[in-house]
Amino acid sequence: MSEALKNFGVVKAEEMVLNMGPQHPSTHGVLRLRIRTDGEIVSHIEPHIGYLHRCFEKHCENVTYPQVIPYTDRCDYLASMNNNHVYAMAVEKLMDIELPERVEYIRVIVAELQRIASHLMALGAMGLDLGGVTPITWTFRDRERILDLFEYTCGARLLYNYIWIGGLSHDLPPKFVQYANEFLDYFEKQIVEYDRILTYNKIFVERTADVGVLPVDVAISYGCSGPVLRGSGVNWDLRKNEPYSIYDRFEWEAAVGKGEVGTLGDCWDRYWVRVEEMRQSVRIVRQALAQLPKEGDVHAAIPKKIRPPKGEIYFRAENPKGDLGFYIISDGSPVPYRLKMRSSTFCNLSVLNEIARGWMISDVVAILGSLDIVLGEIDR
Amino acid sequence: MAVVVKTYEPKFWDRFYLPAILKGLAITLTRIFVRKDTILYPEHKHVPAPGYRGLHRLNKHADGRIKCVACEMCATACPSNCITIEPSAAPWDDGEERYPIKFEINLLRCIYCGFCELACPKDAIELTEVYDFANYTRDSLVIDMDGLLEVYEVTSQGSIYTRQNAGQPVKVAQQL
Ligand code: SF4
Ligand code: SF4
Repeated sequence: MSEALKNFGVVKAEEMVLNMGPQHPSTHGVLRLRIRTDGEIVSHIEPHIGYLHRCFEKHCENVTYPQVIPYTDRCDYLASMNNNHVYAMAVEKLMDIELPERVEYIRVIVAELQRIASHLMALGAMGLDLGGVTPITWTFRDRERILDLFEYTCGARLLYNYIWIGGLSHDLPPKFVQYANEFLDYFEKQIVEYDRILTYNKIFVERTADVGVLPVDVAISYGCSGPVLRGSGVNWDLRKNEPYSIYDRFEWEAAVGKGEVGTLGDCWDRYWVRVEEMRQSVRIVRQALAQLPKEGDVHAAIPKKIRPPKGEIYFRAENPKGDLGFYIISDGSPVPYRLKMRSSTFCNLSVLNEIARGWMISDVVAILGSLDIVLGEIDR
Repeated sequence: MAVVVKTYEPKFWDRFYLPAILKGLAITLTRIFVRKDTILYPEHKHVPAPGYRGLHRLNKHADGRIKCVACEMCATACPSNCITIEPSAAPWDDGEERYPIKFEINLLRCIYCGFCELACPKDAIELTEVYDFANYTRDSLVIDMDGLLEVYEVTSQGSIYTRQNAGQPVKVAQQL
């Protein structure tokens, strides 16, 4: 049989290179994915990053320690409070600053509220990527209430510059505790509603269950952290494993994926970990609001001159998206000699090629949504 | 290559998708009877909470003199180097000896951190609640001393957004 006859009727798709982004709506910012496809099956993905590079680390070498804080806001701009918190804790550890109780409590309250806000964004965006337009309007509505609370507290809605080295920029405004409690009462009911409209929606489950399974060994070898790692069933939450601040005083559980609808470590598990984490954050905030000391000056421990002693420090903590670490070298001057930021989403994104190979292009969107990346933190 | 394992099997009825769609629609439908959360933006404006960090202003004393003494503390505290000040000897005899003849803030460089406000020893510079000052040219967003004083005149009479929502046309500064 001649060659032509043998292949008669066989449709052979050629390999094609597809550029997804930087302006693609489902790449969550300015990310470009170079996808080699075989028909509609993905055979290789290469993320191209750097479109949002703003020289954060170099910039920090030119401003004083307190002036770095507004710039940390702009890394993971969906979780500015947490970035402030981790950076402030790193410098405090370097300088050996003892904090007043009230400051610690307020920090935990705002950090956990911010975690809820960040996860809300992740849930909504993932639903939107998969074709569910309603959930994002709902998650935005609830996120907006948290932003209103923050606006009331520190005067900004997105980039707070609230947690300072040794303290806070403002004390809580009057009635904050009441408003926060009202929000939590309202919000707990909303989580149930998200479960009904998105989490257990059959269409959503079918798009995400079993898709993009991230095995534990791959997750660990790539340095994944946060909900991406916990979605694979690893019980690793720095708030539990290496308690910092005052997290050891509260009763809560780390959310770990269980493989409820599909295989352990699929997109649905990563999504579900975020939903569960919001519930846990609500628990933490409730306890912190109840225990919040009435007295305490939030400016008391702020040093007059911030000049850390010669030395270096690496400090990491649990951000909504994973472990965020700051490595700071100080030469005794008011300006950091070197500042390196370990961003969680960078590692989480690098796993994309491992887990998205073999899936269709439309599944890549689901997988990317479940990784919950923020380009501001990846590129810095 | 990622291992593709299938453990999730939709049930017979799930394959029709229609029940799932209808269920979703039923949930969204209940939302019709809830108070709406959106505002009609340009007609109705969000009034920020007190202490909002928006456009700057330069405060004046009761007698109309500028409070600023051109000490440049704010310019030093600014992380983005967007304040330019030119000091000069004050034209008045009593009171402060210096005042600025040029005070410029590049609003495109400013990151609205509020450090200038906190650094000022005279409470001269302040961030106001004004947030809607987008414009078409870069030049118009470098605000000078006259502009900053104008912002003070307008914003010191109460929230501009409550006035705008009540139907009064309010302009913060000629330049913006
Ligand atoms: S708000 Fe911050 S960036 Fe803007 S002028 Fe003041 S100190 Fe500079
Ligand atoms: S605004 Fe305040 S800090 Fe800035 S130069 Fe004037 S007096 Fe000094």
